Amino acid sequence: MKLVKVHVTLKEGVLDPQGKAVQGSLNRLGYEFVQEVRVGKYLELTVEDDANIEQKIEEICNKLLANPVIENYEYTVEEGVTQ
Amino acid sequence: MKFAVVVFPGSNCDRDMYYAAKEALGEEADMLWYKDANLDGYDAILIPGGFSYGDYLRCGAIASTSKVVEQLREKAEAGVPILGVCNGFQILVESGLLPGALMRNKNLKFMCHFEDLVVENNETIFTSNYEKGEVISIPIAHMEGNYYCDEETLASLRDNNQIVFTYKNNPNGSAADIAGVTNERGNVLGMMPHPERAVEAILNSADGLKLFQSMLKNWRETYVAGA
Repeated sequence: MKLVKVHVTLKEGVLDPQGKAVQGSLNRLGYEFVQEVRVGKYLELTVEDDANIEQKIEEICNKLLANPVIENYEYTVEEGVTQ
Repeated sequence: MKFAVVVFPGSNCDRDMYYAAKEALGEEADMLWYKDANLDGYDAILIPGGFSYGDYLRCGAIASTSKVVEQLREKAEAGVPILGVCNGFQILVESGLLPGALMRNKNLKFMCHFEDLVVENNETIFTSNYEKGEVISIPIAHMEGNYYCDEETLASLRDNNQIVFTYKNNPNGSAADIAGVTNERGNVLGMMPHPERAVEAILNSADGLKLFQSMLKNWRETYVAGA
């Protein structure tokens, strides 16, 4: 088994009102050194090992996990726990 | 004229859409459960609003992977009119049937009230009964209605007259005040405001009815001899 860790983030230039609100809260809490917050998603996929694993993960990301119009993704493939 | 209303798990404007087509417009309409929907034989397809699949992952993302969307693609290709409202619009952009994406409202709030829309293009099969520049009152009810697309896409939307409705007072941060856009061919329209909730005076506005009447007029002109 492999453990795939996927980070989905908003593309540069796409406004992130949620991140803005989090940043505002942090600033109000006194953490004024926080200059920007961008909120994204983190997903963990446990998958069977596959010769074309990277190609398939990219396919999955483009088809569903990320919306290529507004989001980028990054992923790593690690050894998973064999069940 | 026969309308199909596609119902997903979590759709909640399906009955309003059905009512608009069947009662307010007075034509035939069926509500079709997404799993066993067969879209053959319908003159127009309506994708209603709601919260399909609980808005998980991104609004409309899960519904856009369902089998019925493959049928939608074929019908869009064949020129069948398709109207997606609110979550229906989100499903159409997630499916790639319409350009752009719908993001969280600028103020992060769910908003539910009437908005003034400007009819930017009245030369579509959905808007021919309106005047160009006409201001109409249609309710919105959404949290993710902030339309986004890159500059290049926006320029092509403008060049092809695909921006059909804009907000007079942009409530959600949408690029270029966009409230509704069509595909390049003009037979698929997505919009965040709810025309199906504004089809009778008792609903505070009947301005949405003309949209359905435009669709009917187009169908008559295309298919009914001597109309």
